[in-house]
Amino acid sequence: MEFFQPILDMSGASFAQHLVNGISLGSLYAMIAIGYTMVYGILLMINFAHGDIVMMACYFAFFGITVFKIPWYLTFVGVIIATVLLGVLIERAAYRPLRTAPKNSVLISAIGASFLLENLANYLFSGRPLRFPEIEVLAQNIEIAGTQVQAISLIIPVVTIICLVILLHVVNKTKIGMSMRAVSKDYEIARVMGINIDNVISMTFAIGSILAAIGAIMWGIRYPGITPMLGVMPGLKCFIAAVIGGVGNIKGAVLGGFILGLGEILIVAFFPQLSGYRDAFAFIVLIVILFYKPTGLLGEKTTEKV
Amino acid sequence: MKEGKITLKKILSVLLASTFAIGLLAGCGGEKKDAASADVIKIGVFEPLTGDNAAGGELELRGIKIANKLHPEVLGKKIELVIADNKSDKAEAASVAARLIEKDKVKVIIGTYGSSLAMAAGNIVKESKVPAIGTSCTNPQVTANNDYYFRACFIDPFQGTVMANYAFKNGAKKVAIIQEVSNDYAVGLAKFFREAFVKLTGDPDSIVEIANYQTGDKDFSAILTNIKAKNPDAVFAPGNFTESALLIKQARQLGLEVPFMGGDTWETQEFIDVGGVDVEGAMLSTAFDREKATTEEAKKFLEAYVEEYQGEPSALTALAYDAYLIAIDGIKRAGTTEDSVKIRDAIAATTDLETVTGKTTLDANGDAIKAAIIKTVQDGKFKYFDFVDVK
Repeated sequence: MEFFQPILDMSGASFAQHLVNGISLGSLYAMIAIGYTMVYGILLMINFAHGDIVMMACYFAFFGITVFKIPWYLTFVGVIIATVLLGVLIERAAYRPLRTAPKNSVLISAIGASFLLENLANYLFSGRPLRFPEIEVLAQNIEIAGTQVQAISLIIPVVTIICLVILLHVVNKTKIGMSMRAVSKDYEIARVMGINIDNVISMTFAIGSILAAIGAIMWGIRYPGITPMLGVMPGLKCFIAAVIGGVGNIKGAVLGGFILGLGEILIVAFFPQLSGYRDAFAFIVLIVILFYKPTGLLGEKTTEKV
Repeated sequence: MKEGKITLKKILSVLLASTFAIGLLAGCGGEKKDAASADVIKIGVFEPLTGDNAAGGELELRGIKIANKLHPEVLGKKIELVIADNKSDKAEAASVAARLIEKDKVKVIIGTYGSSLAMAAGNIVKESKVPAIGTSCTNPQVTANNDYYFRACFIDPFQGTVMANYAFKNGAKKVAIIQEVSNDYAVGLAKFFREAFVKLTGDPDSIVEIANYQTGDKDFSAILTNIKAKNPDAVFAPGNFTESALLIKQARQLGLEVPFMGGDTWETQEFIDVGGVDVEGAMLSTAFDREKATTEEAKKFLEAYVEEYQGEPSALTALAYDAYLIAIDGIKRAGTTEDSVKIRDAIAATTDLETVTGKTTLDANGDAIKAAIIKTVQDGKFKYFDFVDVK
């Protein structure tokens, strides 16, 4: 029974605090997971470089604010633009030449792109951790009913939900969204119907990178240490989040992100003895999901086309 | 054997290319000269000069070079440093150590930064009976069951004891521990802290919580929220500097305002860079502080350091200097530059040797025993704060 004692001992304020922490972490995972899921939906490949794009976006923000002293709101716009360019560039250079190659080659090229970005960052910015610029307005503490909350932990979920709503609108209601869905349903038929596949794919990478940039900024404010390896763990976790939700499904990625974020926080909250095993939580959930629902929680069952 | 090999090679080289032969001749010429110079004693410098730990290795190499400059001779023989790079790699470290002993025939080895690298060389120095003096390798396993490995620093966990004494002295009754559970260093410190603190307070419940995190973790909000609910007087959180800085930052954001204490890994500029104002007041234990360096040897060391490299020497540089002093003191007392077993016995008997970091005595395990220094972060700088002498 001693194992469950911390649950009984937990005060309401502590629980509320844990909940806020979990939702904010989950929203961050969700933002980044969308990028994985969109690329997978269209290209049926895992863009391993996505986590490293997040890392690069953090460095862009650092250089904008700390080095070049550009006001933070302008920097954020610049970061989003630079990240989109980087994302599209990676697609052009590493994935487009392999459009007709077997899927495995693209996957390996993605791993290569990921290593390239990590080592490039290591070379250019050194392995020394840098501090993400502090933005007073966003990093300040607010006290709500005895619970200390950092403003950013409230902003993160709101931004995530806004992004999700806009994204769903783009995908479901606009012409480019329709092309994206068409390409993801059937690549060849979409091409025959006159859809410019390359444009659609570039657009997908651009949208994924916008979300990665926004995610990176919020990640940086919340966890302000920037290193070249920053993107690795979030990258893995968000990929898992995308798989849990059903890879290729945007709502699924968000759901998966929230499950992971809340789960990681609450497992430590309820069972402090397990605090060293929180990373294992993500992987255990992944294994369980792959066992019982390989298509993910919201994933559609697809039949292999011949 | 050797002569025959050279002639064979000569014949071959004449046949193949004359340039190759010249290279070879030059090569054996050098070898002969080395063997002839009996007025030299070789000391191996075993440090990571490339790879992940290169920064630490470089700082220690400075200390050894300065020491060599100030003390170039022992027993009338010139000391020659053989600098070997273990490349921050365990596999490489073992072969580099073997090369120092077998090829370069060093009598004593100094180094290394990084306990795992020292452990990789442990069996080799033990089997070839060549004493090694660790600089900043603080893991207990380095010297445990190894009569040939010593160290100039105190062992990691000792810092836990130091901080427990410090916390108790300053009236802390309830302390929470947050350890980087994937890091032996942090776990060792935490264990010694817990044992010492429970003993000092006589209260088995004085450690209110032990929380774990993994190297590379970014989010500590859950463990900190748990700890806040327990209301400790202080938090002991040994671990890597980046994670620790983020940890303290998040603690302040959650309104946990108690003092944070850690080990010497915090003493890096990055800890302050990442932590900013939030790490102000953080306490850590370390072996060396400029203001506290009052021995004669320390004065000489500081003077030479400033002349050579400018700026402030780090604890690593001071410890490497001390390791060199321990080595030559051992050789002096052994009265031989040839018999490494005798040198080993003399080093093992080191007592109250005046070094940069105070008076050093080696205990039965070969670990240095000396006073520890508590530093705190003040105005973005590490400042001397207190002095703890644990008996």
